[in-house]
Amino acid sequence: MSGLTYDVVVVGAGIVGAACAEECARQGLRVAIIDRDVIGGGATAAGMGHIVVMDDSEAQFALTRYSQQLWQQLRQELPADVEYEPCGTIWVATDEEEMAEVRRKQNYYAQRGVPTEVLDPQTLERLEPNLRKGMAGGLLVPEDVVLYPPCAARFLIERAQGAGAKLHLGSSVSQIGNGLVRLADGTEFSAAAIINAAGAWASALNPGVNVKKRKGHLAITDRYPGFIRHQLVELGYLKSAHSTSADSVAFNVQPRKTGQILVGSSRQYGAEHGEVDTGVLTRMLQRAQEYMPRLAELSTIRVWTGFRAATPDKLPLIGPCLGDPALFLATGHEGLGITTSLATARLLVDQIAGRNPAIPIEPYLPSRVPAEHAYA
Amino acid sequence: MSNITRDQFDVLVVGGGPAGLAAATCAAECGRHVGVVDDNPALGGQIWRGEVGKAASEAVDWYARLRAAGANVLCGARVFHQPEPEVLLAEAPDGPLELKYKKLILATGARERFLPFPGWTLPNVMGAGGLQALVKSGLPIAGKRVVVAGSGPLLLAVAAYLRQHGAEIPIICEQASWGSLVGFSLALLRQPQKVRQGFALRKQLAGISFAASSWPVSARGERAVEEVVISQSGKNKTVPCDYLACGFHLVPNSELAALLGCRLRDDLVQVDDYQQTSVAGIFCAGEPTGIGGLELSLVEGRIAGLAAGGSAPAAKPLFAEREKLRKFARVLDRTFSLRAELRGLPLPETIVCRCEDVTCSRLAQHTSWRAAKLQTRCGMGPCQARVCGPATGFLFGWAQDSIRPPIFPTRFENLITFSPEAERSEITGGRG
Repeated sequence: MSGLTYDVVVVGAGIVGAACAEECARQGLRVAIIDRDVIGGGATAAGMGHIVVMDDSEAQFALTRYSQQLWQQLRQELPADVEYEPCGTIWVATDEEEMAEVRRKQNYYAQRGVPTEVLDPQTLERLEPNLRKGMAGGLLVPEDVVLYPPCAARFLIERAQGAGAKLHLGSSVSQIGNGLVRLADGTEFSAAAIINAAGAWASALNPGVNVKKRKGHLAITDRYPGFIRHQLVELGYLKSAHSTSADSVAFNVQPRKTGQILVGSSRQYGAEHGEVDTGVLTRMLQRAQEYMPRLAELSTIRVWTGFRAATPDKLPLIGPCLGDPALFLATGHEGLGITTSLATARLLVDQIAGRNPAIPIEPYLPSRVPAEHAYA
Repeated sequence: MSNITRDQFDVLVVGGGPAGLAAATCAAECGRHVGVVDDNPALGGQIWRGEVGKAASEAVDWYARLRAAGANVLCGARVFHQPEPEVLLAEAPDGPLELKYKKLILATGARERFLPFPGWTLPNVMGAGGLQALVKSGLPIAGKRVVVAGSGPLLLAVAAYLRQHGAEIPIICEQASWGSLVGFSLALLRQPQKVRQGFALRKQLAGISFAASSWPVSARGERAVEEVVISQSGKNKTVPCDYLACGFHLVPNSELAALLGCRLRDDLVQVDDYQQTSVAGIFCAGEPTGIGGLELSLVEGRIAGLAAGGSAPAAKPLFAEREKLRKFARVLDRTFSLRAELRGLPLPETIVCRCEDVTCSRLAQHTSWRAAKLQTRCGMGPCQARVCGPATGFLFGWAQDSIRPPIFPTRFENLITFSPEAERSEITGGRG
């Protein structure tokens, strides 16, 4: 019998799997983490890397805020290469209609204890002189953070390993469920609990899991320190991020600690291939250049793509998978996996260990969404 | 936004070195509308840099033939993207170029391989070909002491050139052993042109000490290199110098071929008898198909040019010559393959990725290029791993991951110049 026995086997060494493994190991559980590739090689590597509060729904706000606070608690322990940078987000308003949204957002956050500051056009121009002139203003959310996700995932995995977790990289999983994880090379792991944290590939492992690939593009420039100082997002972003059908682009740029500028974002359903899509890339960069004309001159060194794991109601799946009490899902985080990874891990381990969760878990339980028919 | 210039060719050639010149000339002589695009200010490539205007160079003959055949020359333009099949985008000083083609010939040449050793990032430690190029564009070298080290025939050519321009060459260090160099010399004897070149070189290099099984161990100096420690026959020896010109043979520039989906094996572009790649209509000639030097590049260029120009039968008589030269290329490959000891050159604190300041010890913690890249940023800088990619390939045996546009850094606005009409209506802006 070549079987290996654990309390928990986590499939996927992205930020969500890493956080789950760390939380389980810290609870004294015997943990194995399996990934077909490297640590943080999927959406964790491809994404922008922000820790942001979002208010598309009460449940989204609760999860992002809870997780942001968990990151704040962890901050002192993060190594330098995680590049944790509390630069804050500015939601940029182009007109009075969007300023009304700024005020609504400020009010919403104020009621829930999130500090914000409404920026008039002059202040916005002083804070971000490379934005197009004539903006209506913006909303500064100072506690938002950017970081470098692959190193954050590695840090969490190292903590898990420090608490006894075992890491298996380069092994494809061929089958999971009923307390068993089988690798393509025939190795078997048995576990009291299996966590499917395979991101956009979760449904390839467990057909019926209702996540779809949502492709994104990003571009990064050479180093221009000080060109921007905050993460900048257009207010139209929500319409882009949360429309569930059409392809869309939105202005979203980040200052990286290296001085580079990370430029996003795009969203596409139905694209299976990772190749750069010139049409979408063009639209995305055009959008960015409309907001920030001087981007035009900057040297752009790389463009890449990745796949978010999207669910029908834009909230992640955190909890037991119907029909298999030993199988748990931690996927469907769309564009917020870095932000919500720590809260996901807490809420999931609360369920596995029978602890009281800090926030209501019902909005994230997989049972809330109908399973995708496996053969639809 | 700068204006885009659009052009359309029957045959487009990327690279204006010997392979590209020969290819463009032959295709144009077939009566095709031909364009040749190169990122240097003038044609000639690395080997004929600055020689197209000079008499008594083979380059001049090719250049005259190219002009007579009526090919269009687009210099100072660097191809960075294929936005859709049969279209390339290039960055040029006056704005981007959109180049449409029916047939494409890749003649993108090769670059020097750098290996990290302590001090290799000091000022005045540079590529052998790189230093030669600087001298060609005016860097005064007369009276300077230049240690030439690394591997490959380029070292001799560079040493001879630098000496002609007044440099003092204390020593040439070749990492290959005398044993393998003897085999190389025998192969040279079968190549009349090479023998002539060899004799000429020997005359130019007379009196310069040449060490086989020798390589740089470290370069030292305060603000710039002042001396280099070399290993020679198992002993270390310090040689004072003003420059260290260093290159460990060549690596093919196969990024564009990879971007276009052409099949590669060991970084070399795979071609058929007519130099056609695995992608129909895309040909490749010269160093990207295998490091083989000037004569092989020329004959491959001629074959590719004839085939792409629609005169494939006329290319057939050239196959035999190409085969002979390819045999020589295989000897070249064997002779100058890097010895295992060179993997031990970098110390733990030696920088391997210059763009992102990544040391050898940080890389050594990882088991794949992708893991190293994600965790250390190795290869994520402006050189796009052109230096550290081949170095880590040799040091750790890592294979690079996939190629994505832009294959060279380019102005942000250049990436939005191309927008296919069909796509525009399908994609909504963020605000819907």
